[in-house]
Amino acid sequence: MAKRLEGKIAVITGAGSGMGKAMAEIFSAEGARLVLADISGNQDAVAAAVNAAHGGAGNEPVAVGVHCDVSNEADVQNMIATAENTFGRLDVLCNNAGFGGGMAPLHEQSLEHWNRVHDTNFKGVFLGMKYGIISMLKTGGGAIVNTGSASGVVGWKHHSVYGAAKAGVHHMTKIAALDYSNHNIRCNSIAPGTMWTGLVEMSKTHELPPEDVFVLAGIPLNRWGLAKDIANAALYLASDEAAYVTGVTIPVDGGYSIGFSGMGAERPGVTTVNTDGS
Amino acid sequence: MAGRLAGKNAIVTGAGSGMGRAISEAFAAEGARVLCADISGQQEDVARSIGGEAIALPVDVTRSADVQRMIATAVDKFGRLDILVNNAGIGGGVKALHEIEDDQFDRIIAVNLRGVFLGMKYGIAAMLETGGGAIVNTASAAGLVGTPELAGYSASKGGVVQLTKSAAVEYASRNIRANAICPGLIWTPMVPGQDGSRVPPPGTPPPPLMPMGRWGLDTEIAQSAVFLASDEAGYLTGAALPVDGAFSAG
Repeated sequence: MAKRLEGKIAVITGAGSGMGKAMAEIFSAEGARLVLADISGNQDAVAAAVNAAHGGAGNEPVAVGVHCDVSNEADVQNMIATAENTFGRLDVLCNNAGFGGGMAPLHEQSLEHWNRVHDTNFKGVFLGMKYGIISMLKTGGGAIVNTGSASGVVGWKHHSVYGAAKAGVHHMTKIAALDYSNHNIRCNSIAPGTMWTGLVEMSKTHELPPEDVFVLAGIPLNRWGLAKDIANAALYLASDEAAYVTGVTIPVDGGYSIGFSGMGAERPGVTTVNTDGS
Repeated sequence: MAGRLAGKNAIVTGAGSGMGRAISEAFAAEGARVLCADISGQQEDVARSIGGEAIALPVDVTRSADVQRMIATAVDKFGRLDILVNNAGIGGGVKALHEIEDDQFDRIIAVNLRGVFLGMKYGIAAMLETGGGAIVNTASAAGLVGTPELAGYSASKGGVVQLTKSAAVEYASRNIRANAICPGLIWTPMVPGQDGSRVPPPGTPPPPLMPMGRWGLDTEIAQSAVFLASDEAGYLTGAALPVDGAFSAG
């Protein structure tokens, strides 16, 4: 059976950990060659692991790491240029880099915090799309997969700043889908729910959630999302299987955004794990 | 590489033509055993051609007894039911709401909405006995946005979306996922004047007002069904996934 991303060149931001790293692992297993971007430095180790697992017969690399602050225009241009210069073109772009916003009522959120959250989570996606699309227009098209959030689909108490940035990602994706629907560029987003990734501190020491860690109230499937859950959705959207899918947001959230969550309600006796990453 | 649905046992309704046939083919190609259900008789040919222990069954999804027999047959022949695709549907004609005959409206709702309800009702009962499963319902982009001269059809498909979401919340704790696909304008025999071809013949005009400017293919719906039915979508429930070339985006 043919690999699902055979011959595709993909750029993944936030590839050093969590969902971006899982995308790198799954995309490379499905035949893609990758530019792995991150601000953390971890992208080089992920690229090395991918090359060890899937490197070409002549040891030619199938993945390269590149330092990228997605809120920095020059960094983003360099990231896209790296794909063009290393592999010749860009077929798939996953704008995945992001970080959790502090949880607090709106009036307690600082403007400095707003700027920081929106620079990475929203402006970073805009810049990635802008320069990624310019590249794709030169070669006849491509697929963009943006990582939004369930908190950008439905209200999530105390997430006004982060939720607004992620809602912006979803909406910008939808409009770009219309802008480029006749240029063979598909634009979709994924809305992850409560993920067991680096935004949850304990995930750094536990690959899977320990059984006694409480799952955030209001998740119908009653478990944490795992990075591979998101990476599999990204694989579907990035592949030609989704050739008629554009302008959509896929919730991968255990049913959270269906809306019957009671997230805003007080729940006596229920404790939650802090997901703000701070 | 093992198929993405290896070892799974599936039912597909409306399997005799169009999207249901393509879903049956894709499921079998990914390793599933498929019960192909249809009212048309064409399910026999589809089951024969896809192989993989596929079986065919005549089913009118508006009849409770037929649907119960369909679920029982899958459990009996396959041992259990893992995947149920409630795909059977009718177009119901294109006319202004005030001109839709009362009986015509009832018929659209009976096939497109009550048929899905019955499939879910008896399919879920079977899945509860064996520890869970995945349901994929064929709704429509017309169930998400308003479309002129399709009021009855749109209402039935909007109902499918809400049946799906309700079931997703209700049965998530019992390991049953429920998602809907919302096809846009797909080149199937439901398109008036369509000639039965799988791909629009050269010169076929694209559908009007379509951002992507082309017809969708039955195989594109089938691939979304494979994704939603597979364990890759294990954290995905209650979603209404448009496969519509941006029809519902703008």
